[in-house]
Amino acid sequence: MGITEHISKQFEVDLATTRTRVLQMGGLVEAQILAAIQAFHTGDFALIAQVIENDTRVNGYEVAIDGACNHIVVKRQPAASDLRLIMAISKIVTDLERIGDEAAKIARMAKQIHEQNGLHAQRFPAIRHASEIAVKMLRQSLDSFARLDVASAAEVLKEDSAIDDEFRSVLRQLITYMMEDPRTISASLETVWVAKAVERIGDHAKNIAEQVIYIVRGTDVRHTSFADIERELSRE
Amino acid sequence: MQALKVRAVPAVEPGELKAKLSVRGLNFYYGGFQAIKNVTLDIPERKVTAFIGPSGCGKSTLLRTFNRMYALYPDQRAEGEILMDGENLVTTRQDVSLIRARIGMVFQKPTPFPMSIYDNIAFGVNLFESLSRRDMDERVEWALSRAAIWNEVKDKLSQSGQSLSGGQQQRLCIARCIAIKPEVLLLDEPCSALDPISTAKVEELINELKTDYTVVIVTHNMQQAARVSDYTAYMYLGELIEYDITDRIFIKPRKAATEDYITGRFG
Repeated sequence: MGITEHISKQFEVDLATTRTRVLQMGGLVEAQILAAIQAFHTGDFALIAQVIENDTRVNGYEVAIDGACNHIVVKRQPAASDLRLIMAISKIVTDLERIGDEAAKIARMAKQIHEQNGLHAQRFPAIRHASEIAVKMLRQSLDSFARLDVASAAEVLKEDSAIDDEFRSVLRQLITYMMEDPRTISASLETVWVAKAVERIGDHAKNIAEQVIYIVRGTDVRHTSFADIERELSRE
Repeated sequence: MQALKVRAVPAVEPGELKAKLSVRGLNFYYGGFQAIKNVTLDIPERKVTAFIGPSGCGKSTLLRTFNRMYALYPDQRAEGEILMDGENLVTTRQDVSLIRARIGMVFQKPTPFPMSIYDNIAFGVNLFESLSRRDMDERVEWALSRAAIWNEVKDKLSQSGQSLSGGQQQRLCIARCIAIKPEVLLLDEPCSALDPISTAKVEELINELKTDYTVVIVTHNMQQAARVSDYTAYMYLGELIEYDITDRIFIKPRKAATEDYITGRFG
């Protein structure tokens, strides 16, 4: 990335401001996940309501940041690393907004579970564990974006399979519950959606990490195996 | 598991194409000042190649060596090779007018001759060919059609070329060039003096012309270079810094110096 500054100070400011807003959006989304998982385990209805309401703020960030990107494109016709940065930011905020949606979904499922019998939620420490991995992935992908750190972004890609394993484990447990006691089917299905939402959060965090690699290296690593990505990154 | 491919645009590397002009170790001097330093590159046949770079980088100088414009000035000289069909244009004893018939040039400021639109086209043709009136009429129509201006001037061919708008004059100059059936077209900032609509029409024309002609364009407008060209060469202080497929230059340039220039971090 350019070490020197743009001749246009305003362009510098516009880029810096947009990057900061992405990180702010990321911070809000991370807080949403943590609150939603907490609410899932504790049944805190006030927290649930707060997560659902805050989703509007997340959506607002997406619209504002996309607008800022449009503004930069029309005004500056960015090229090279600037172009890759703007294109990537537009995709990153889509993923962050979807993570926000998943957090709101978890909160709504939590509400339904605890309105019936919240006991079910405590039986799945695997969900808390999976959510910790997902939050770590999100945090690291945003950190990689802030520092434009390709090595750190590549590590995030490795973690995705860990969440997939946890999800499959939860699914197996829930199937066993449902077979043993059909009265748990309703709550079990809602718990499946929660586990699925956490798994999706991991996918979105991975997408963000892929965009960081694109910004820095100009290589599009989407839909590529981790082994191939490692080979490509070590070659450049 | 698919093998990772570099997600380059589906375009051919410049070195893999047949070169119309091969520049080898070219140096150029304005008196004691060296304006071009050891430049080597191939201009691919029937593609558009753009030269970009800051003022004074040598891009127009390089362009003008291709059709020996410097021959007009005694204290300007070129050393090295510019090969076209095996012949070195720098040292050839061939008549320079014949070179310029094969390598036409359009300048920044439109330069219609002070004659009718028809004669603007016919004048150059008459220097090299002896055509009947009917054949000349056909040639004039063909050239003006090819330059996308026939419909605008067909009913006023006897009017002065200078009565046209700036954009039309520039397309007239392009028609004048192609009327004598050159192989290469050199365009030196052809749109700098034109309004956006005329610019768009000339750019559209360039895109059509490359099916038949090798086009080299010098431009200050980087977005124009990105739009019209297949290959782009970035020059700085007389040196060729980077030369590659246009999309690559503007999305993922190899050199930091190129990146700095095209992102406006230059200086």
